[in-house]
Amino acid sequence: MRNKYSVFSLIKNALSYHENWQRAWKDPAPKKEYDAVIVGGGGHGLATAYYLAKKHNMNNIAVVEKGWIGGGNTGRNTTIIRSNYLWDASAGLYDHALKIWEGLSQELNYNVMFSQRGVMNLAHNLQDVRDLKRRTHANRLNGIDAVYLSTEEVKKFCPIINTSPDIRYPVLGGTLQRRAGTARHDAVAWGYARGADAMGVDIIQNCEVKGIKRNGDSVEGIETTKGFIKTKKVGVVAAGHSSVIANMAGLKLPLESKPLQALVSEPVKPIIDTVVMSNAVHAYVSQSDKGELVIGAGTDDYVSYTQKGSHQIVEGTLNAILELYPIFSRMRMLRQWGGIVDICPDASPILSKTSIKGLYFNCGWGTGGFKATPGSGDLFAHTIANDEPHKLNAAFNLNRFVSGDLVDEHGAAAVAH
Amino acid sequence: MFLINCPYCGERDQQEFKAGGEAHIERPKQPTELSDDEWAEYLFMRKNIKGIQFERWNHAHGCRKWFNMVRDTSNDEIKAIYKMGEKPPAQ
Repeated sequence: MRNKYSVFSLIKNALSYHENWQRAWKDPAPKKEYDAVIVGGGGHGLATAYYLAKKHNMNNIAVVEKGWIGGGNTGRNTTIIRSNYLWDASAGLYDHALKIWEGLSQELNYNVMFSQRGVMNLAHNLQDVRDLKRRTHANRLNGIDAVYLSTEEVKKFCPIINTSPDIRYPVLGGTLQRRAGTARHDAVAWGYARGADAMGVDIIQNCEVKGIKRNGDSVEGIETTKGFIKTKKVGVVAAGHSSVIANMAGLKLPLESKPLQALVSEPVKPIIDTVVMSNAVHAYVSQSDKGELVIGAGTDDYVSYTQKGSHQIVEGTLNAILELYPIFSRMRMLRQWGGIVDICPDASPILSKTSIKGLYFNCGWGTGGFKATPGSGDLFAHTIANDEPHKLNAAFNLNRFVSGDLVDEHGAAAVAH
Repeated sequence: MFLINCPYCGERDQQEFKAGGEAHIERPKQPTELSDDEWAEYLFMRKNIKGIQFERWNHAHGCRKWFNMVRDTSNDEIKAIYKMGEKPPAQ
């Protein structure tokens, strides 16, 4: 039985010096066979397991994770959540996720610190202005809240932005989605893990997948560092390493894995109470609850699995940040890191069945997967349980690269990839 | 950041170069006879290898010439560089 977190449990545990909290999830050895196995214990994988158990009554399932849960891109992103995508298919997908975010802490009984502080996207040239206005209209037609802001309104909403017209990247306007914001990335993985575990899901850490066993065109199980696990359904949610797993099954995916960098500053008093994204120059900034500036940079242009990017990428981002926010000129950066993002040619994700029966892929989220975590898990669980996609992820099938029916979000997604 | 030995200019900073993706993907000889699956394979599907990968690079801020590189994508170590049209080195 899972104890509920509440103010009473906090008081009760305080009396015993917080030494008797129940474990949030178990540490089981893998069983011989499961009804389904999820490969990858990040936010998306754990959410998939959670919804498989909760909505589809699949309780005899496992999540296998090479390292520790939430230690990949879930722990490395800049936690931005928004749904202001241009195309209908993307708007449907990301707003589905945003709606789940709005009630997620209550549902999981775990504070994911979802904060709807708004996300502002800046326009730096006339083409940006046209694109952002078009996207604002498209968003509103899809029922997604979006407003276009003039330079003066941008300045009013976030006073520390330098809006003088003679800078290298002048601010000509911007868009604002007020329902957007941030969440605590670790808490999302831990909350889903705790929820899934309570429904009987085995979360198996330090268990690397070494091979996928096929019988003709269907899956029979997976070889792992903890032995063979028999299963008829394998859902791969391995982000940057999706192609590595696909190669084990003899599949090729339309992905390239590249390093994406982020960095945080020393903690300071509250100075920026929203998220500002400057897409043309790859400079994203918000402030964490600890007070650190959280800064997102761009990707390198070469394939790499090293989880560290090139110095000039960070330098370019910081140049832009300093010009837009002169007040940050003496901030010192504490940490810098990279995560490996798997990017599709159309910059949209893949949530799909494959040519192999029982093998499903959830990948290609590229630089912006964190925001979709709850929706991705929900829709992928539906796809695995029913062997058919939900109508919200039907467009994100693998076959679109054959049919040509791409969801081209390059640039359209408010982010230059 | 790493140094790249351009076959025409010598060792230069990586910043001068542009990555051009997987190498040795042959343009279809009979494009009109290609099926949709074959087009998808040519246009979109990539090996995206973790380990030794053959790829194209361009010395964009230098001689602007293209060349090939063999690189270990798990640690960014450059194994070999050879000119366009040359045979790739045996692994």
